[in-house]
Amino acid sequence: MAAPVSDDDCLVDIQNLSFARGRNVIFNGVDVRIPRGSVTAIMGPSGTGKTTLLRLIGGQLRPDAGSVAVDGQVVHKMRHRQLYALRRRMGLLFQSGALFTHLNVFENVAFPLREHTDLPEMLIRDLVLMKLQAVGLRGARDLMPGELSGGMARRVALARAIALDPDIIMYDEPFAGQDPISMGALVTLIRTLNDALGLTSVIVSHDVAETARIADLVYVVSQGKVVESGTPEELMASESEWVRQFMHGLPDGPVPFHYPADSLDDDLLGKAP
Amino acid sequence: MTDFLARIGRSTLGSLSRLGRASLFLWHALAGLPSLVLRPGLVLAQIYSIGVLSLIIIVVSGTFVGAVLALQGYNTLVNFGAQDSLGVLVALSLLRELGPVVTALLFAGRAGSALTAEIGLMKTTEQLSSMEMMAVDPMRRVIAPRLLAGFISMPLLAAIFSFLGIMGAYFVGVGALGLDDGPFWGQMQASVDFRDDVMNGVIKSLVFGFVASWIAVYEGYDAEPTSEGVSRATTRTVVHTSLAVLGLDFVLTALMFG
Amino acid sequence: MNMGRSVEIWVGLFVAAGFAAFLGLAMQVSNIPLFQTLDGYDVQLRFNNIGGLRERAPVTMSGGRVGRVKSIELDARSFDAVVTVTIDRNYNEIPEDSSASIYTSGLLGEQYIAIDPGGLDFFLEEGDEITLTQSALVLERLIGRFLTSMGDGNDDD
Repeated sequence: MAAPVSDDDCLVDIQNLSFARGRNVIFNGVDVRIPRGSVTAIMGPSGTGKTTLLRLIGGQLRPDAGSVAVDGQVVHKMRHRQLYALRRRMGLLFQSGALFTHLNVFENVAFPLREHTDLPEMLIRDLVLMKLQAVGLRGARDLMPGELSGGMARRVALARAIALDPDIIMYDEPFAGQDPISMGALVTLIRTLNDALGLTSVIVSHDVAETARIADLVYVVSQGKVVESGTPEELMASESEWVRQFMHGLPDGPVPFHYPADSLDDDLLGKAP
Repeated sequence: MTDFLARIGRSTLGSLSRLGRASLFLWHALAGLPSLVLRPGLVLAQIYSIGVLSLIIIVVSGTFVGAVLALQGYNTLVNFGAQDSLGVLVALSLLRELGPVVTALLFAGRAGSALTAEIGLMKTTEQLSSMEMMAVDPMRRVIAPRLLAGFISMPLLAAIFSFLGIMGAYFVGVGALGLDDGPFWGQMQASVDFRDDVMNGVIKSLVFGFVASWIAVYEGYDAEPTSEGVSRATTRTVVHTSLAVLGLDFVLTALMFG
Repeated sequence: MNMGRSVEIWVGLFVAAGFAAFLGLAMQVSNIPLFQTLDGYDVQLRFNNIGGLRERAPVTMSGGRVGRVKSIELDARSFDAVVTVTIDRNYNEIPEDSSASIYTSGLLGEQYIAIDPGGLDFFLEEGDEITLTQSALVLERLIGRFLTSMGDGNDDD
């Protein structure tokens, strides 16, 4: 291959991506490269379309312009069959976990195995128990999703996402709404799984501290553009006032505390239109 | 005035695009049917939740509709001394109209609404989306088995409904009102035609089964992913199915018996 | 899947019940002409007037059913109604000179064809024609005739 090494190492290559929902422009020329074997974080304020980015990578949405390539193949140009073949190599962890509510924990994890393989029942059982062991929930195999806490549900969903040993796994807000203990468990788990299974992980999050602890590479996205990228340490010490405000969680700065409005005095005196 | 016209135009275009999306949806779902040959268990599970769980309401309604028909019919027929035709009256009403139509209406309320709510909630909780990301096509895995199960269940339910209705009429007419059971069955057998009455009823219920299941799964799949969205979709399923069944019944009756 | 065995059993019961109900409707409620029309031979009957006779009306001998009306056509030249009936293969010894009439079951009931056996030793076969027929009694015509005869009677007095 004549291609430079950096191209070969890049598992997901997003170039000049634009996407809009109606008149609401979500991405406007985004470039993101996700290196193989790394934990890459996409961060940004709420409502910057981070989840949309994962759906674009997974081929559930089509970009308006630009391209998303996974392992050298452009996702939105794939045929249905190719796309489904690609998705077998991907795991996506939804924010809600999105477990199948009519199946218990064991069957949830077994679901992709049963759908995609003809393995004998014994082997499926062993595989499922191994995946559950990896997320520490082997003992919870008979519970129904309704009986799980939010953190446990997310871990079950993680076990399900890695059931087929994917190459790439994407996390949608894995830390949102977690108590410190399950947050710590998830943080460690994401890093451990990534290194132990040789995965490539993509984390979409606005929890700066936790994400910065495990990410190799961080992209900060805002207003439809990549504002800055680099290692967590580089971003913490960024020149940009905006990035510093985001990374350190300062209440006011370039991003105003107030939603745009007329002046408070006018509003209170009833002068506003 | 122009506002009014614009509104008509907009709602027409809206309905048309809904119909288009529903047809496209149906096409994708039908494309998923052949793969079910390898997974009969999926269809079986759906026949259970669509057909078997609807049995009680069908059994009870069928028996009582037949019994009431017999009571009402007897009171009218006895004025003309034609009470021996009670069997014919009940059998023809049930086989041609009430069996398929009432079954379809009950189906919409019992199974159709449940289908819509289930699929709508699966969408709301991102289960369909996550299935897609696991490279499992929800059209094949979720929609197609339900569509097929509804299509299979409806004629069976309608046959059970009609049969029990006639048995209900028999118990009321022969058992309670003291008719002779010879003319009851004899006149029925002489006037009820297998192809014209029984088979046309079956054809009706096949059509209704197809349409009712289609509407139910489509509304669920198309539901806005919020709690109000799912509840609206469930209501729409019942209303649209009922209207569609009644409208189609008129068309089919005109084609078959007109 | 956690497909319980009970689910399979229930579905089996449901499907069996559905088909049993369908069979019940076919056997007990209707007359399944499918099986009857298949096995028989066709005979043609010419009538001046068939009244309200319909296709699939019964054909009887001495009150017992022996066949059904298959089709009704009009002979464009003689203006006779040509009724094709299918007679059950079991009744293959109906004399050729039998006669046929159209009767009404009950006062307002369905019309049917009754065959009165003749005495010949030749039997009806596929494609034969019965010419000895008596047309349907049309109620209005009957009443009309009755009224005229009443009027005639009065004139005689």
